[in-house]
Amino acid sequence: MGDIAIQVEHLSKQYTLGTSRYQHDTLRDQLTDGLKALFRRNGRPPSNKNTIWALKDVSFEVREGEVVGIIGRNGAGKSTLLKILSRITEPTSGYAKIHGRVGSLLEVGTGFHPELTGRENIYLNGAILGMRRVEIERKFDEIVAFAEVEKFIDMPVKHYSSGMYLRLAFAVAAHLESEILIIDEVLAVGDQAFQKKCLGKMDEVSHTGRTVLFVSHNMTAIEFLCDRCFLFDQGRLEVSGETGIITARYLASDVDRSSGQADLVYHNGRTKGSMSVMAKVILATELSEPTSSLPMGSQLSIQVSFSSKSKPIYPILGVVLKNRFGTAILGVNNRFIPGYRFAEPISDGIITCHFSSLPLMPGKYLIDLYLGDEHVDLDVVHEAVSFDVTPADVFKSGKLPPAAAGPIFWPATWSLENGKEVC
Amino acid sequence: MSPEQESSIAALDLFPSEEAGKTSAVTIQASKGLFHLDLKAVWRYRELLYFLIWRDVKVRYKQTAIGAGWAIVQPLMTMVIFTVVFGSFAKIPSDGLPYSIFAYTALLPWNYFAQAINRSGVSLVGSASLITKVYFPRLIVPISAAVAPVVDFAIAFIILLAMMAWFGIAPTWGMLALPLFLLLALATALAVGLWLSALNVRYRDVGYTIPFLIQVWMYASPVVYPVSLVPEKWPLLYSLNPMAGVIEGFRWALLGKESPDFRVMTASAVVVMVLLLGGIVYFRRMERTFADVV
Repeated sequence: MGDIAIQVEHLSKQYTLGTSRYQHDTLRDQLTDGLKALFRRNGRPPSNKNTIWALKDVSFEVREGEVVGIIGRNGAGKSTLLKILSRITEPTSGYAKIHGRVGSLLEVGTGFHPELTGRENIYLNGAILGMRRVEIERKFDEIVAFAEVEKFIDMPVKHYSSGMYLRLAFAVAAHLESEILIIDEVLAVGDQAFQKKCLGKMDEVSHTGRTVLFVSHNMTAIEFLCDRCFLFDQGRLEVSGETGIITARYLASDVDRSSGQADLVYHNGRTKGSMSVMAKVILATELSEPTSSLPMGSQLSIQVSFSSKSKPIYPILGVVLKNRFGTAILGVNNRFIPGYRFAEPISDGIITCHFSSLPLMPGKYLIDLYLGDEHVDLDVVHEAVSFDVTPADVFKSGKLPPAAAGPIFWPATWSLENGKEVC
Repeated sequence: MSPEQESSIAALDLFPSEEAGKTSAVTIQASKGLFHLDLKAVWRYRELLYFLIWRDVKVRYKQTAIGAGWAIVQPLMTMVIFTVVFGSFAKIPSDGLPYSIFAYTALLPWNYFAQAINRSGVSLVGSASLITKVYFPRLIVPISAAVAPVVDFAIAFIILLAMMAWFGIAPTWGMLALPLFLLLALATALAVGLWLSALNVRYRDVGYTIPFLIQVWMYASPVVYPVSLVPEKWPLLYSLNPMAGVIEGFRWALLGKESPDFRVMTASAVVVMVLLLGGIVYFRRMERTFADVV
């Protein structure tokens, strides 16, 4: 452990909510506001713009060579922190001192142009990430080899498969030589093999003495990579310490979401760009009361009430069940399943997704909700509500599959034929 | 990673210190002051500037059948239309020159200028995905958009040389001054582009206004008519339009028309410098919130 690499003192960032953040002001709005102000008695502009502290009075230090995980719910301020440290946006108050060159990877493939070839994109993307041309030239073969795209390197990337595209994009970023590396949730994309490769590369990077700040919802990855963790909540640095302790605390901090229902109107898991269409979610079982504790194999109805006053919609509900580490286990969506296009568009109602028997092993699960109108997603709320699955004797044998056998149980049938070989 | 590569880490420095030596600390905080222009940062990122210009040029005519031919066809077609409508029908005088070459000489810098403000004006919004994900001096975005159309200009220039040979117009020493006039056009486009691009981030109305601005500006510049047609009492007002000087300069340098008024050119240059400086100041001021608003 060496000198201080990152020093953050009382860092705060305020955003203006409402019109200016999610919608762009138009000159007309400004002019009409101005006129209204003229005709009002006190002459002050309307205060319908409320502000929010995305980051509030955050202070910490990171030493050279440390690998620090940053965790917290959506809207906790993690991404805002990374954006400030990457100099993308300015803090409202406070400061951060950074010693050394910063490479930040907030998105895989920033600046990739589909019409350019793989080779051209490596140079372009490298330059965007702050690499010198000589540096890219020196690393070029290594990048191509890592991405496994040797044969396609002179082909426009629009013809690449999504896997190749991601591998190439990650490869460029992973070969950025910086003393400090800032990474935001890159592992959320790509297939298993890709994620494994990324994780391996990041592990390698973290052992070269570089300082790494790593944001993820994937606790497995955090526990694998990081020595120390910061837990953020509502813009504040709630607690920091050894990874295992902090992740356990994070996973246990779900109390408010365990009543079997959740108000979605102001949910901090709502993704940026979503309209607040979903109002409430209720987890219903055979029992009359909403519940968050279900025995294995029980039925589950996920009832989402929504309201789209501006325009009636053909409601589409996507439900993704995730384990406590944030890994998706299974997802359903009436867009994929034929026969569930409802006949009439409606502007408000309740859409229910029904599982007649939930095949999940015991544990804690989170639900992501996607509400859409036919082919467009309108409202996405991550980790909207959580529930626990409790053990039950589903096979009537007194035994359960071991936890290591995976998150899902499934009945199967067996047969046996004597003295034969499969041919 | 080999040890050899590892040791080179310290040699590369994204935010190099002013003096050579150990890597300096960067302090990130809310910026203050109006005149913190930080043009040095733009210079440090000149490679990115180069790559963005290169990308714009490279991508522009991808998947078109005639590719860079469009850089020739566009001004050529405009010239034909102008020659028929303004030259033949409206009989607008062209100072004794064939109307076609009279118009084309003006269209060269004009088309460059129109494209440069058009592209730089919407450049920031068009690069929203970059701006919200990577740090670099934001000035690079409108600058690259204003410089990239120079390539189209160069291609279209070949046609002008061919036309001059066809009409038997001998090149003059004045041609050596062309880069200066082009530079004035670039500076004007950049000055306007900086204002428009920064405004467009907050008010998308600006993006819709640009085509009208270009149209009005074209008729306010001597593209389809000679400067001699402008009423005597307006020359001062006219000198406020730098593109008038640029176009007159082009006609002088290439076609040997009377030289533009030196005083008018100086006034134009001063106007441009003021606009450019103001543009940079305004841009730098707005820059702080680009990533939050765009």
